[in-house]
Amino acid sequence: MTTKTRKLSLKQRGMMSFETQMWIFTRLSALAMYALILFALIGALVMGARYQMNLADVMRWAFMPNVSHVQSTNIPDLAPWMTIFWKLVAIALLLVATAHGVHGLVVIADDYIASERGRKIVRLISMVMMASMSLMGAYIIWTS
Amino acid sequence: MGLKRDVSLAAGLRYRGPAGYLTFILHRIGGLGMGIFITMHILASFFGGRFGGTLNGIYEHWAFQVFIYFCVLFHAINGLRITILDLWPKLLDYQTEAIWIEWAVFIPLYLVAVYVIVGVGMGG
Repeated sequence: MTTKTRKLSLKQRGMMSFETQMWIFTRLSALAMYALILFALIGALVMGARYQMNLADVMRWAFMPNVSHVQSTNIPDLAPWMTIFWKLVAIALLLVATAHGVHGLVVIADDYIASERGRKIVRLISMVMMASMSLMGAYIIWTS
Repeated sequence: MGLKRDVSLAAGLRYRGPAGYLTFILHRIGGLGMGIFITMHILASFFGGRFGGTLNGIYEHWAFQVFIYFCVLFHAINGLRITILDLWPKLLDYQTEAIWIEWAVFIPLYLVAVYVIVGVGMGG
């Protein structure tokens, strides 16, 4: 048996490498997304979703707390649903999810694309995708 | 630096691993599916018009919703298992049991949702 990995220092474990940091980021961002989704769900119930929305609409709001996701429901006043607070929560969820997702796409691509050039192209596409999706999504959330 | 893996795309796709491989590959399919859906949804909302309407029509179809709900629910439940087991490595000894619990949670939730989605989609 070799020395247990958990007993090694951060440097000896190689914790400073980009791959390891992204490995941890993927787990922590997943936890953050569960927390944000749960938070949006509780917020919806506090704001009256129990009597004015069906389950599908509540879930739509929970996965992305944007006012356009509850416009087709029986809610009489949409004002509490379109505050700056909820826009910031939605943008936080968007940014965490985009970073988590685009990194996931790069991991998948690296498993199947062996050539150096192909990986560089995938990385370039992923950076463009991450930037454009974050900006477009944040713009939609902010202006809705 | 960088790993050198001399495996072609075809060989990578043909790989069949031992236990846990099914959840591994379904996690990837789920992630890719969500990536496609969210990209479409952002593009449709951003550009709108006829282009947005066409994209809306695709992902509002009940068949697409059955697929995307599989992606979201499986990725979320399997991701929770991965996160818990990775952050508490002692639990990795119970990986097989964790996967069984995962299926026991996923299958009933998914079947109920599919029943509702298809029911609404068929106009019932």
